[in-house]
Amino acid sequence: MKAGIVVFPGTNRERDMAIALRTVTGRAPAMIWHRETDLPDLDLVVLAGGFSYGDYLRCGAMAAHAPIMAAIRRFAEAGGHVLGVCNGFQILTETGLLPGALLRNAALRFLSQDCHLRVERNDTPFTRHWATGDVFRTPMAHGDGNYIADADTIKALEGEGRVAFRYARPDGRVDPGDRLSNPNGSVNAIAGVLSPNLRICGMMPHPEDLVDPLMGGEDGKPLFEGLVEALVR
Amino acid sequence: MSSGSAGQKPVDQALAQEFGLTAEEYGNVLSIMRRAPTLTELGIFSVMWSEHCSYKSSRVWLKTLPTTAPWVIHGPGENAGVVDIGQGLAAIFKMESHNHPSFIEPYQGAATGVGGILRDVFTMGARPVANLNALRFGSPDNPQTRRIVDGVVRGVGGYGNCVGVPTVGGEVNFHPAYDGNPLVNAMTVGVARQDRIFLSAAAGIGNPVVYVGSKTGRDGIHGATMSSSEFDEDALAKRPTVQVGDPFVEKLLIEACLELMATDAIVAIQDMGAAGLTSSSVEMAGKGGVGIDLDLDAVPQRERGMTAYEMMLSESQERMLIVIRPDRTDVARAIFDKWELDFAVIGHLTDTGHIVVRHHGQVEADIPLDPLADQAPIYRRPTVPSPAPAPLGPITDPLGIEQALIRLIGCPDLASRAWVWNQYDSTVGGQTVKRPGAADAAIVKIEDTSIGLALTTDCTPRYCRADARLGGAQAVAEAWRNIVATGARPLAVTDNLNFGSPEKPEVMGQFVSAIEGMGEACRALDFPVVSGNVSLYNETRAPDGSSVSILPTPAIGGLGVLDDVTAAIGLSMPADCTLVLVGATSGELGQSLWLREVHGREDGPPPTLDLAAERRNGDFIREQILSGAVVACHDIADGGLLVTLAEMVMAGDVGCVLLAPQSGMRPEAFWFGEDQSRYVVAVRDADAFTLAATQAGVDTRVLGHSGGNGLTLPSGATISIARLNAVNSAFFPALMDQ
Repeated sequence: MKAGIVVFPGTNRERDMAIALRTVTGRAPAMIWHRETDLPDLDLVVLAGGFSYGDYLRCGAMAAHAPIMAAIRRFAEAGGHVLGVCNGFQILTETGLLPGALLRNAALRFLSQDCHLRVERNDTPFTRHWATGDVFRTPMAHGDGNYIADADTIKALEGEGRVAFRYARPDGRVDPGDRLSNPNGSVNAIAGVLSPNLRICGMMPHPEDLVDPLMGGEDGKPLFEGLVEALVR
Repeated sequence: MSSGSAGQKPVDQALAQEFGLTAEEYGNVLSIMRRAPTLTELGIFSVMWSEHCSYKSSRVWLKTLPTTAPWVIHGPGENAGVVDIGQGLAAIFKMESHNHPSFIEPYQGAATGVGGILRDVFTMGARPVANLNALRFGSPDNPQTRRIVDGVVRGVGGYGNCVGVPTVGGEVNFHPAYDGNPLVNAMTVGVARQDRIFLSAAAGIGNPVVYVGSKTGRDGIHGATMSSSEFDEDALAKRPTVQVGDPFVEKLLIEACLELMATDAIVAIQDMGAAGLTSSSVEMAGKGGVGIDLDLDAVPQRERGMTAYEMMLSESQERMLIVIRPDRTDVARAIFDKWELDFAVIGHLTDTGHIVVRHHGQVEADIPLDPLADQAPIYRRPTVPSPAPAPLGPITDPLGIEQALIRLIGCPDLASRAWVWNQYDSTVGGQTVKRPGAADAAIVKIEDTSIGLALTTDCTPRYCRADARLGGAQAVAEAWRNIVATGARPLAVTDNLNFGSPEKPEVMGQFVSAIEGMGEACRALDFPVVSGNVSLYNETRAPDGSSVSILPTPAIGGLGVLDDVTAAIGLSMPADCTLVLVGATSGELGQSLWLREVHGREDGPPPTLDLAAERRNGDFIREQILSGAVVACHDIADGGLLVTLAEMVMAGDVGCVLLAPQSGMRPEAFWFGEDQSRYVVAVRDADAFTLAATQAGVDTRVLGHSGGNGLTLPSGATISIARLNAVNSAFFPALMDQ
């Protein structure tokens, strides 16, 4: 699997993502500068976390108009795989590659803590190393992760099985009204969503920060292992 | 010579006094200049000679601190301290206060404190790898406290989270003495290759002087002067002197500077911190023994019509000054263009030994640099020793052990800080091995190496008020102990000395005693001071007109190293370990939190500190951790032994069963005394451990064993882990989310 990570001014989790990708692929991913207008030959494009353009205007709004995004849109339309984490998820919703939006956390404070995610389906490149219903722990670190979309969109997402992950209690129970297990207040406790072709995934928490027992566990590693397996050539 | 275009007021002694210079200091200005200074020149003298920039009250005492060791590469005098951490790498670190701005405007005060200390570290060539902060607030009952806590925590997080440097540790305390003067001490740690460290001494006559970063505005003018005087009732009217931070620009500046530092373009570099363009240009030229000409027309400006005086004194954030090789100017410009940051050649080095500032073709300042530095005021202010605290006398235990423990772990100084930490990104970078609360010191791995850094900040201000010398020593010893308790080897400290007005002899007495105590502990523990900051005039005007000093607070930031980071241990213990107390216990309750929370008293002598025992116990603990004999370790600090055990239980969600101590002392003294130099360890083989301790001359006592769902006292009473957590985590949400 050839992976590339896009770097915008203010991206700050590109190193974490590179470590996670290197852990499963054995080689360093390409780093792609936001002013590029073409992508190298890649199997996976990753939009990493951070504060692109300082989160000014709206999280991800300015990055969505960076020169590289036209190339990423072409890549996606041609069936390419894209993973957006945290600010990367926000950018994907701003470009329209994924539906919905990320509002300020319900408690109006930045949240940096571990959360638990329930895997909603395991027949996607992002989730194939888990079983449906598996629960895994992952750090989250964001001020604007409260997922929202209009009722029709949510209905479509749920009806088409395009929710990849939900915030859950460690035992797998989902309760959108519970601030402990759904800390940012996301609608239906949605933590990650998929494109109709299941090849674009956006999620708020950071599985890339939990791929090494030394840092507290390898709970996030299956996501990357699954991608390697799916995108091997 | 221009008269200074903004000089509506005549430049005279009255104006000098308004700028914070005494009559004698202004007399020196006149004799150095041999004429009346211009407004810009007076501005430059007043900030360079302010307490904040000149350390005029503290310098004679700071010189007594030990600053060297074989592993120290650069001690005080550079932008930050530099120590050898092995494998050709250096840790670069410093702690700095932003107290006064944080009272006036908590969010921006704290945010720019984080930004400023980050620049001090990356200006030396280090990528910042961790932030910590020591915060001290007024009484939770004071209506101002909530506003200040909220703003400071948001500001620390808002800046640190955006720049992508993990905030991994620190302290939060409350005391009414900080009601009108909170303390915000921010520490940054970075890592660089030892052969790629950048210094600030300018060199090369004719070399261009380059300005990079944000544009200059009118914010923060005279910030350094504000930090060098007491607050009065109009403190909040000084809001315009507080700077406004932009962490997004800081992030770009870090990346651009590190990219430039990978080339050979830089001769010298310094951030524009307090007193902005003035202090950076004066210090860089002064250290290099050269002159400097600045053309202010070339300075990138955010506002129209700024005067020379305003530009020289602005404390606009996220700016750096670089002396560059002339043949590399284009290389450097291209890097800053890439990161969309301003880049301007604003002057060059000269052989005149003067700083000459031109604006609109006029010379606005022309000052000889040597006397500006050499004749800076230096004071040996009068001191009065503080009276020794009276003995505690007989004391009762009205609550019993169980109730006292519940009260203690719920009190503001011991309650869970998760509400605070959870607003700071502690994992960005992917190298955080021990997050806040997981170990006595935070542990951060150095990417692509086996090295780990152990980081902590410590001070017990109530001890310092009772006995400043002991309190200074204790702060150093506690930082050392917290590093040892993770298995790391303590290397060096940065200090942030927060005190009241140096013009009060009793405050100056506290300051001098605290430094003596710190020096004593640093020497005994081979733990030198490599960088630091002094913050004086931490006073608040009371309604009756009197001036109230903060508790003496010499905050210590400690750094240690683990050659193999996988050896690091934390607080959480598995079941079926033996719990052993390491270090002697005599049950010292003076100045203890038990005394304060149970009796409402803050008196008596603080616990004694035997530095030889400290060293012996700590060296033993570290050796045992590295040999694999110790599974978990926690030093005994605020609240004493039983609080330590409760914290270990909560950290790992594994209970413990305690034996009757049979110590011969009163139970409350045994369980809540704050005797120093002690640890609780969880071990698998208690016999081997205690035997090794005996051979090393270290006191031990078996306390019980780990396991179960609660903390079981010798009486047989059990407090469930759920109850401990509920009590411990109640305080912050109740205060802040009401």
